[in-house]
Amino acid sequence: MSGFRSAVVTFPGSNCDRDMAVAIEQIGGGTVHRVWHGDAELPDRLDLIALPGGFSYGDYLRCGAIASRSPIMRAVVDAANRGVAVLGVCNGFQVLTEAGLLPGALMRNAGIRFVCREVPLTVETSQSLFTSGYAAGQRITLPVAHHDGNYFADDATLDRLEGEGRVAFRYADAVNGSARGIAGILNPAGNVLGMMPHPERAIEPAHGGSDGRALFESVIGALVDA
Amino acid sequence: MKVRVSVSLKNGVLDPQGRAIHHALEGLGFEGVRDVRAGRLIELDVADGTSDAALDEMCRKLLANMVIENYRVEKVAA
Repeated sequence: MSGFRSAVVTFPGSNCDRDMAVAIEQIGGGTVHRVWHGDAELPDRLDLIALPGGFSYGDYLRCGAIASRSPIMRAVVDAANRGVAVLGVCNGFQVLTEAGLLPGALMRNAGIRFVCREVPLTVETSQSLFTSGYAAGQRITLPVAHHDGNYFADDATLDRLEGEGRVAFRYADAVNGSARGIAGILNPAGNVLGMMPHPERAIEPAHGGSDGRALFESVIGALVDA
Repeated sequence: MKVRVSVSLKNGVLDPQGRAIHHALEGLGFEGVRDVRAGRLIELDVADGTSDAALDEMCRKLLANMVIENYRVEKVAA
């Protein structure tokens, strides 16, 4: 798998960028480029772009709002529209919604509190680039750590997401007030996934669980074979 | 030219912060508060003659998230 080419974008205030790079490197090998938010261009021929968790720009204005307007994001949006796989976790999910690559918005948790714990999730579809290594309906456990993970979209958008099989993960318990328990969604083409739980923090037993591993194996396996 | 942009959550969008403030007001013994909605106030100092269309675009592109928020632009007399 040495030919896998990926990039992890670091914004000022990102703090899961190294974990993300380690996860991709450990599972996919190859070259994990580290890209700075102020860069205008991405490396050539990328298979996967990851937007990590953290608190980009101190969450000023709205979570992910400033990061989504940074120079590198124009290149990320172009790449996503060309079909390059893009994974946004936590703050990365917020950046993807603010950039318009995914619908809806992530609002303050309904219970106001920052939630930092492991949560049970249901894998809603195995028919995606990122979830083919899971079974539909499978129960997994991943850590969450966020203050603004309360997914909001209007009913028509939620119906469309459900109807098109674009809900990737759902919380099995109430976590943050998300509409219909949504924890992760796909874009219409299926090459962009945004999710609040952290798969990169659950890839080996030392993390306390390795349920996130199949996500990286799915996307990396599909793209290496392609 | 000073411009004041008020950003508020759309009707129907749950406002956990407003709810917490409401709860705190009740805790302090204030009665008769029916609802609280928290928003954001952004003051801009822009070149004289900045068009309404440009101000509108600033709001739509960055200052407000049109999925969940409304905005109001108000020019403030110097």
